[in-house]
Amino acid sequence: MVDISHIGKEWNIPPAPVEAGRIRFFSKAIGETDPVYYDDEAARAAGYRGLLAPPTYAMTLEIDQLDPIQMLSGIDIDISTILHGEQKFKYHLPICAGDVISSVVCVKDVYDKKKGAMTFVEVNTSLYNQDKQLVVEAMRIIIVMNNKVNNQ
Amino acid sequence: MTKFTYDSLQVEQQLADYTFEPINRTTLALFAGASGDVNPIHIDIDFAHEAGFDDVFAQGMLIMAYLGRALTHWFPQTDIKEFGVRFVAITKLFDEITCKARVTEKFERAGEKCARLELQAITKNHEVKLTGGAIVGLP
Repeated sequence: MVDISHIGKEWNIPPAPVEAGRIRFFSKAIGETDPVYYDDEAARAAGYRGLLAPPTYAMTLEIDQLDPIQMLSGIDIDISTILHGEQKFKYHLPICAGDVISSVVCVKDVYDKKKGAMTFVEVNTSLYNQDKQLVVEAMRIIIVMNNKVNNQ
Repeated sequence: MTKFTYDSLQVEQQLADYTFEPINRTTLALFAGASGDVNPIHIDIDFAHEAGFDDVFAQGMLIMAYLGRALTHWFPQTDIKEFGVRFVAITKLFDEITCKARVTEKFERAGEKCARLELQAITKNHEVKLTGGAIVGLP
């Protein structure tokens, strides 16, 4: 059972650069083909500061800076007991190679489901760019399987 | 990329399916490195066996990334305002994922014309792996 006193716990992720090479690698791994994900000139011609980061890339920026295993153990969760339940992004501004992104990660809510068989942990992340603009808001639900916890 | 407009897109319209090559071990290895999701359950068969699984399986975020890639096929990325999924079932090796989208609503929000989409990632055998939705702005 995840301790509800973890609600409100926050991690501040300091600024980190968005890297062009990594965007290219990620884009290739998921089958993006548009030149804005690969070619600096094409990205600038399309109005971006640098290569465009694909829609789910905000998650990569977060886990690069905040190791999920460490983050989860900080709220007494073992990664082997969890499932990723939901993931959502709200987009305000593009994230591009060359940007410097900082974020705040927060445990929004913790609640039990299925008569305590599962605990749902809602984690929100707000990502800001070098101009302190809010670029992406992410929300995820991590499901802790309590029978797995009890079996440890 | 098809150019949909607010007028040309119809409620209940099914967009053209977008299908990916079957997922193999290389897919999972490259996505692990590229995305930073390096949980060995997705890339190390010995670890997967020890954890009680028959084999490694796909990162949920890979399939979400596939849905995202389908979205950027259907719409310019900067028109995508919201995108969310529920992870329904594990995607296994050799699953072939098809991304589907259906327009459920057209509306105006803060002076901008938008459409709401219902999304699905399913296998060749019609097993639903992800359900989700998106809101896109339309010219």
